[in-house]
Amino acid sequence: MRPMRLLGLKTFRHGVHPPESKDETSGLPIRQFPFAPLLIVPLVQHMGAPSIPVVEEGQEVQRGQRIARPDGFMSVSMHAPASGLVRRVALAPSISGRMVPAVYLEPFPGSTQEIEDGTPCPLEATPEEIIAAIQDAGVVGLGGAAFPTHVKLKIPEGKFVDTLIINGVECEPFLTTDHRVMLEESRDIFTGIRYLLKVTGAENVIIAVEANKADAAEHLRETFPSDLNGSVEVLQVKYPQGAEKMLFSALLGREVPSRGLPLDIHALCCNVATTAQVGQLLPRGRGIQERVITVTGPAVKRKGNYRIPIGTPLRFLLEHVGVADDVNRVFLGGPMMGAAAPSLEISITKGTSGVTAFTDTAAERTHSPVYPCIRCGYCVDACPIFLDPALLGKLAATEQFSTMTDEHHLMDCFECGSCSFVCPSHIPLVQRFRAAKAAVRKSKAGAA
Amino acid sequence: MRLDSAFGGDVSGWLPGPPNLVAMLFLTAVGAITGLTFILATALVLANKRLYVYEDPRIDVVEEMLPHANCGACGFVGCRPFAEALTRGEALPGKCTVSSGEERAVIASFLGVDVGAEEKLVARLACAGGTNVARNHARYHGEQTCRAAAKVAGGGKGCFWGCLGLGDCDVACDFDAIHMNAHKLPIVDEALCTACGDCVEVCPKDLFSLHKESHRLWVACSSQEAGDEILEDCEVACTGCARCEMDAPKGLISMKLSLPVVDYSRPHKTKTPIERCPTGAIVWIDPKAGPLKGPAAKKIIRKGTLRDAPT
Repeated sequence: MRPMRLLGLKTFRHGVHPPESKDETSGLPIRQFPFAPLLIVPLVQHMGAPSIPVVEEGQEVQRGQRIARPDGFMSVSMHAPASGLVRRVALAPSISGRMVPAVYLEPFPGSTQEIEDGTPCPLEATPEEIIAAIQDAGVVGLGGAAFPTHVKLKIPEGKFVDTLIINGVECEPFLTTDHRVMLEESRDIFTGIRYLLKVTGAENVIIAVEANKADAAEHLRETFPSDLNGSVEVLQVKYPQGAEKMLFSALLGREVPSRGLPLDIHALCCNVATTAQVGQLLPRGRGIQERVITVTGPAVKRKGNYRIPIGTPLRFLLEHVGVADDVNRVFLGGPMMGAAAPSLEISITKGTSGVTAFTDTAAERTHSPVYPCIRCGYCVDACPIFLDPALLGKLAATEQFSTMTDEHHLMDCFECGSCSFVCPSHIPLVQRFRAAKAAVRKSKAGAA
Repeated sequence: MRLDSAFGGDVSGWLPGPPNLVAMLFLTAVGAITGLTFILATALVLANKRLYVYEDPRIDVVEEMLPHANCGACGFVGCRPFAEALTRGEALPGKCTVSSGEERAVIASFLGVDVGAEEKLVARLACAGGTNVARNHARYHGEQTCRAAAKVAGGGKGCFWGCLGLGDCDVACDFDAIHMNAHKLPIVDEALCTACGDCVEVCPKDLFSLHKESHRLWVACSSQEAGDEILEDCEVACTGCARCEMDAPKGLISMKLSLPVVDYSRPHKTKTPIERCPTGAIVWIDPKAGPLKGPAAKKIIRKGTLRDAPT
């Protein structure tokens, strides 16, 4: 399959065009956010096993100090986002609605908040040492999925990677964190790329940027080190261009097989902010204590891109930036793939790329009634992985889960929400698929 | 017999040859078909002899006596496999929870076996957080099923473990044994429940479990949060105070994940554990009156819906 081109810009087939809504924050430089009076650091900020706390209640910790160790390979370390006192280690609410173990940390008010450096991991280290250092630095995919980066980088025997793709697409509406990171932290990005190339053994690197971030693409092209083998590619603005499967088909013309992995097509994709963190943390032996988050949306008064300590409670964040009186709903992430916050007591995690708040009027669409499917086929034209959402939606309504998985590839759906977005009958298609996938996983787990 | 007389006239004009040849052709055809019939019939007879499978004729009779619910509560895939097991003597009629006592007795006498004193199982809900006692932190709009709601930040209920009240279990129950009450909490009709396990499977919060009818001491809460803070979200939640553990006969109740766990293998016909429960999270399920709380439990007189938590 050859990559598709439109007006000279590469892209994938299908997809949708939600309003971008990025103009209000894309020009605002990253600003440091203050420490909340109490930081709640969940120990499950990644996909995988919860980290095991190594601090006790009443213990003083320094900013950057390790407060939790990984529980197995599919887990990462956690570091103190501030110098302070561990108040307690107890359950805390999380974005999934689940109660998860967390460290309640009270920052010292008068502290200078120096960051404690650990043992640096130089570029000359072996790939195994770098992978261990990435796990120790607690790096996870900062694009939103929070998949442990070192797990992705561990190439199994017999597999190889020829192209590394650095994902600076940021197709999610409203979010501008990756845009600012590319403009302000390009040096860290290139350092990170060197680490990633060394670990994966890839020869070529492509930095993918959407056309609406032309200044970032220009900046990266200018600063691109001459000894690196690679390029900066500008892609057409389309959702979900930033999904890794869409990137591979747009840039390389390769399609990840059904239920397969990017490794099957010898490519690997890494978020640009994740790469910047690798380049920033490893030479200093540090761990992630903060991340760049876009706080925006019609209900937010002081929109912007902030460097926010991990564990900052959502309530403190919104009070600090100011929200409209009729704020109605808050999402962690953007409006397409973000998760609705169930309460304001949850805290910012490594996977939080944005906080978007909407007022009653802005959120109106979701209140409209659901009409029957009129077979217009918009969803079929929107689905980036060529599923039939209309048919799947009907099957989901009658709970024919085995037909959905066996004949119609339900499990390939990565829940981008394009089908729900275009549906003129407002059928909550992607929500039905998520529920169906959960039911399938539950029955599988029950059968095993 | 001449051909033309059989057709009532001279037909030799439209026959493809002399009448004798036509008669030959006719007889050959009849003979060939008759021969083929005999060969195939012999093959069928042989196949029937060689491939015959004996099936106990009682299986059909017993299957007719079973309720045809195919619910699976007996532990078999459906009524037919259960009937086969019954006639083989691998199961006893008592396993069928859908049929009445008399129906089971009829099957037992037909087969000449014991009824089997299998105790009736019922589905029990480990939550009592209806809308009159439990708060929501967020309002949920969208697909009105528990399973869809559970995927959106757990469903908006203050207590993560609690019942979402959208009634997936009510829909799933084929026996009309589950109904949502005025506070959006499913109520199981023990008389109708066949313990088929559909509600257990469908609940995204895993609140249903199958228990023997005689298990009257019941913990109607699943919250793993320790301490009184949970009471802000639900007034009937278990705070993990462990008073029931102290009051109960030694070893009957143990605390796991700040929830009391009753060991039903020990004698458990005692109401003492519920006496001092401050919230009424541990109850005594009376066959007639329903769940009874201890005298120390906070009285809930609210009939309407609790307001959402302030945001």
